[in-house]
Amino acid sequence: MKAVSRPSRSGDPATPPRRAGYSFNWVGRIGLGVILFWGLVAIFGPALAPYPPGEIVDWDYFSPMSADYWLGTDYLGRDMFSRILMGARYTVGIALVAVTLACTGGVVLGMVAAVIGGWFDMILSRLLDAFNGIPSLLFGLVAVAAVGSSIPVLVLTLAAIYLPGSYRFARALAVNINTMDFVTVARARGEGTPYLIAREIFPNILGPVLADLGLRFVFIVLVLSGLSFLGLGVQPPNADWGALVRENIEGLSLGAPAVIFPSITIATLTISVNMFIDNLPTKIRDRS
Amino acid sequence: MSASLATWILVAQRLAIALLTLVIVSFAVFFATEMLPGDVAQILLGQAATPEAVAGLREAMGLDEPALLRFLGWMRGLVSGDFGTSYVNDMPVAELIGDRLINSLRLAGVTTAVSVPVSLVLGIGAAMWRGSFFDRTVSILTISVISVPEFMVATLAVLIFAVWLGWLPALSYGADTGSLAAMLKAYAMPVISLSFVISAQMIRMTRAAVIETINTPYVEMALLKGAGRVRMVLVHALPNALGPIANAVALSLSYLVGGVIIVETIFNYPGVAKLMVDAVATRDLPLIQSCAMIFCVSYLTLITLADLMAILSNPRLRR
Repeated sequence: MKAVSRPSRSGDPATPPRRAGYSFNWVGRIGLGVILFWGLVAIFGPALAPYPPGEIVDWDYFSPMSADYWLGTDYLGRDMFSRILMGARYTVGIALVAVTLACTGGVVLGMVAAVIGGWFDMILSRLLDAFNGIPSLLFGLVAVAAVGSSIPVLVLTLAAIYLPGSYRFARALAVNINTMDFVTVARARGEGTPYLIAREIFPNILGPVLADLGLRFVFIVLVLSGLSFLGLGVQPPNADWGALVRENIEGLSLGAPAVIFPSITIATLTISVNMFIDNLPTKIRDRS
Repeated sequence: MSASLATWILVAQRLAIALLTLVIVSFAVFFATEMLPGDVAQILLGQAATPEAVAGLREAMGLDEPALLRFLGWMRGLVSGDFGTSYVNDMPVAELIGDRLINSLRLAGVTTAVSVPVSLVLGIGAAMWRGSFFDRTVSILTISVISVPEFMVATLAVLIFAVWLGWLPALSYGADTGSLAAMLKAYAMPVISLSFVISAQMIRMTRAAVIETINTPYVEMALLKGAGRVRMVLVHALPNALGPIANAVALSLSYLVGGVIIVETIFNYPGVAKLMVDAVATRDLPLIQSCAMIFCVSYLTLITLADLMAILSNPRLRR
């Protein structure tokens, strides 16, 4: 346990000066760059699209890359480049909202369980562990089958799938912090549970929790793409990247760019998040 | 080597938890599908049905009973092998699932037989020559496979083996298994895709398990004593890493459950997962519930098995 090393580390001879341990190495920077790129595309992409994403612009379906249609056209002759720009909004947007919900819920419940302990902790942990016993894609299938697919349903389902994992992670961290002297002191001072959670525990688990959030984002992108690929995710005429692969899967035997590029965009997003998380500055990652 | 009382208590505890989890999971599966908006009887009879007909069907299907009673009845049926009747084609679910389950198990079995040896060799090798070119290549490849969706691995496999190289058929039609060669070909694509997905996890976990053992003082001692790298890993480190490795293998095999859903759909493989995805499309609830339970039970079994291996192989619990 490396405990919470408070600021006074200037005396440490091994640490080079100037915010050492807070800088990213180049792999992390590339990852961050790609993440920011897709983030911007998700926000501004639809405005940049050369053609309306839903409109059939070419008589030829599955046409190859050309000057007019940068990434070729899809199975109906719609411009792939525009559709991928539009898909970014669905994939990144849904995954981001879902992961935020999952981690906020999981972390708050985890900290409350760690601080309160006792029966509350035990029942909640058992219950959420049981939900971990359902394979994620299956959970998605059953939930979407039951309620029908729409974007709010997708977001809530994905958040529900990943909340237990986030809870378990945050609880394990918070239990460790909870036994430390400064928390005991705060408790002895008469601080209430909300104060302990917000001021003593939360700041000390923030780093690892953010790293965990990144990994969960990747999982959510993967499950969302999987669901869309099975035809249960974003519904036509809209499409996220997984749905784009599904729509154009017929083009696979032709080697059409329409099926290859959406796959590549998913991979660039997930791999770059992984690269970023794996190369987080040590100070952020090792806070706990 | 004999396990002590403490170990058996832990094992019993773990099994009890698994059982409890199973009950909660079946509860969740049942009520998730019960939440379906709209009345099942109404959906089955269509828009033109008279209210009396709908009420009659509801009564015949037992839908007017309280949900908890239906849940208990459903559970009793599952335990005694009665999976209910499909809404869509009125056949017993057990009959629909029967052959499909064998197909899926065969796919899972072949994949396991292929991916476990390969992953163990690659994982142990990567740990043995840690930091080498081989290790880094394996690391990059496994990370790439883990961070892309399963369907992309399968898509790429089709692109490479079926489209560019032309070695294998892109789709696996269950009927076309006349000769051994045809059968091998039909199985090859799904097995290759699924193996990639499973192996990536397994290789990483195996490597981590072996490296953890290598970092212990007694293995360092073996190195200082002059044992070579191969001897150090295979003779000194590996016996103690077997437990964690078995744990890793069982845990990775649980990814079969998710992978199989995608792979069966892509290759049109006649297994339980394909059946379930089709059932989702037609909203055939009894079929969805049964398939979901099959997947949950296999998933739970593998996870529990992984935990049991970890408990049983922990030398601190032996007396």
